[in-house]
Amino acid sequence: MLRLEDVGKNFGGLPALQDVSFAVPVGRLTALIGPNGAGKSTLINCITGVNPPTSGSVLFQGSDIAGLPAHKVTRLGIHRTFQNLRLFPRLSVLDNVLTGLTCEGGDSMFMAMLRLPYLRHRERQLRLRALEAMDAFGLADKAAWPAGVLAYGDKKRVELARAIVGRPKLLLLDEPVAGLNAEETAAVGEQLRNLRRAGHTILLVEHDMDLVMNIADLVVVLDSGKCIATGTAGDVRRNPLVLEAYLGRMEATA
Amino acid sequence: MTGRQQFLYFLTLHRTGLAVTLMAAALLVFPLVENNPYTLGLTNLIAINAIVVLGLNLFIGYTGQISLGHAAFFGLGAYGSAVATVTFGLPPWPAMFLVAALVAVVALAVGIPVLRLSGHYLAMATLGLNYVVHTVLLQWDEVTGGPSGFAGIPSLSVPGAAVDDPVSLHYLLWGFAMACLLLCLNLVRSGVGRGMSALAGDETAAACLGVDTRATKVKVFVLSAVLASLAGSLYAHSSQYVSPDTFGIFASTDFVIMVVVGGMGSIWGSVFGAAFLTLMPEWVEFFNEHKDFVHGGILVLVLMFLPQGLITGLTDMIRVRLALRRRDHAAA
Repeated sequence: MLRLEDVGKNFGGLPALQDVSFAVPVGRLTALIGPNGAGKSTLINCITGVNPPTSGSVLFQGSDIAGLPAHKVTRLGIHRTFQNLRLFPRLSVLDNVLTGLTCEGGDSMFMAMLRLPYLRHRERQLRLRALEAMDAFGLADKAAWPAGVLAYGDKKRVELARAIVGRPKLLLLDEPVAGLNAEETAAVGEQLRNLRRAGHTILLVEHDMDLVMNIADLVVVLDSGKCIATGTAGDVRRNPLVLEAYLGRMEATA
Repeated sequence: MTGRQQFLYFLTLHRTGLAVTLMAAALLVFPLVENNPYTLGLTNLIAINAIVVLGLNLFIGYTGQISLGHAAFFGLGAYGSAVATVTFGLPPWPAMFLVAALVAVVALAVGIPVLRLSGHYLAMATLGLNYVVHTVLLQWDEVTGGPSGFAGIPSLSVPGAAVDDPVSLHYLLWGFAMACLLLCLNLVRSGVGRGMSALAGDETAAACLGVDTRATKVKVFVLSAVLASLAGSLYAHSSQYVSPDTFGIFASTDFVIMVVVGGMGSIWGSVFGAAFLTLMPEWVEFFNEHKDFVHGGILVLVLMFLPQGLITGLTDMIRVRLALRRRDHAAA
């Protein structure tokens, strides 16, 4: 589905990512982990075109998307959430989720102004789909609320609903449970498992090790901008390089 | 559902259509109630301003940009129609749309480079555009008539009758304004409109939702310029005289103040803002004499206390209060 080949990103002269290569297989949940400052969010920004990579290539379904502007990447079917929420606080929850269907809402400003019957029909269908997605995340009774008044956990769920409502081919989740309590984390974990079961391909960036170890099919570990390990949760947990990155160098003193 | 619930559901489902129908009906009977030519002249001016403000509100309120130069497009439309009909002898209606098309080309040529800027820089660039256009209108006297203005513009006519008395102008101008209102309401209730409000909220998020941010900004800029140009043409034909002073930078700031008073991203608010600022000097003598001070004061007060604008700010406050009350209610 998605293949990264030697992706590098420099900010000024400072390398944030160096030669990162891994693949995200179809229908699996791949987790991207690493200590703070390892370059996880930078990598997500490179894939989605928010910050294009300085070297290497990002292959999505066989074609190179590195350097494409963000809206084109999205239109290919890669949707994402943000680490720091990026909702539209003044719009209602329903409208926030509907913005996730921008790609399917038509491009023509002229046709939109005429609002012909086919467009009304499509609007109704999009609205139904948005309500369905909200239902899946338990937000249906808050459809008319402005998103700004929601509790933090609900806001996170609105972002998830907005990302999946467009039925993306690949879903990039940037720390979906950051700042949530244990109960909410478990709920989100369950929802991610449902998405995975429904056949979504997901790349999950996360700090919460319990969650990652529980639900990820494949784990990729980044440290200081380099990919240091890939494998199943069990493999990675035993990898000495990973332990070193998280816990510091083990001295053979015993 | 009971009958009452069904009725309320019908009202909420068709609220936009019903509101537009109600307003159109009110406007239809208005000249029967009020036939003072001076008052009709004022309400006609509201219609013209409303068309400009609708376009400008799409640009400022929905795509989150700023333009301090829309009087330039208004002026180009007015002078374009004047020159096309008087100097070149074209019939008014085709001239109006030809001029609007030319203004669209100008807006496109200006918009593509200028809309790479944002914030203060964009404000300065659009202000500069307004200065340039104003100076050209003032100095190029062979074509524009210079500071003394351009007189003798023919009035518009529909088959069978000339549109030159206040009552027929009322129907023509408000007909145009209502058409523009309807088009704008349709636009913001579509996928494209949601993309635009996403753009106003957060540019990065909008791009990641599939909104082509640069193209959308340019498109909305061109659309708002076209609306301003049409309003300018209508203004020229209804007053039959134009002078450069109407299209200076203070006119531009007045349009922005109308948007701010009406509320960013509120289509109905645009009409309210245009009406409020057009009528205010008529109510109190002081406001007329010190117009610029009063307008500046209003702008500062609204932006300090309701940065989203008067109408939008108030409705937002009410919506948030209601939602919070329901949230507490649900929690209790």
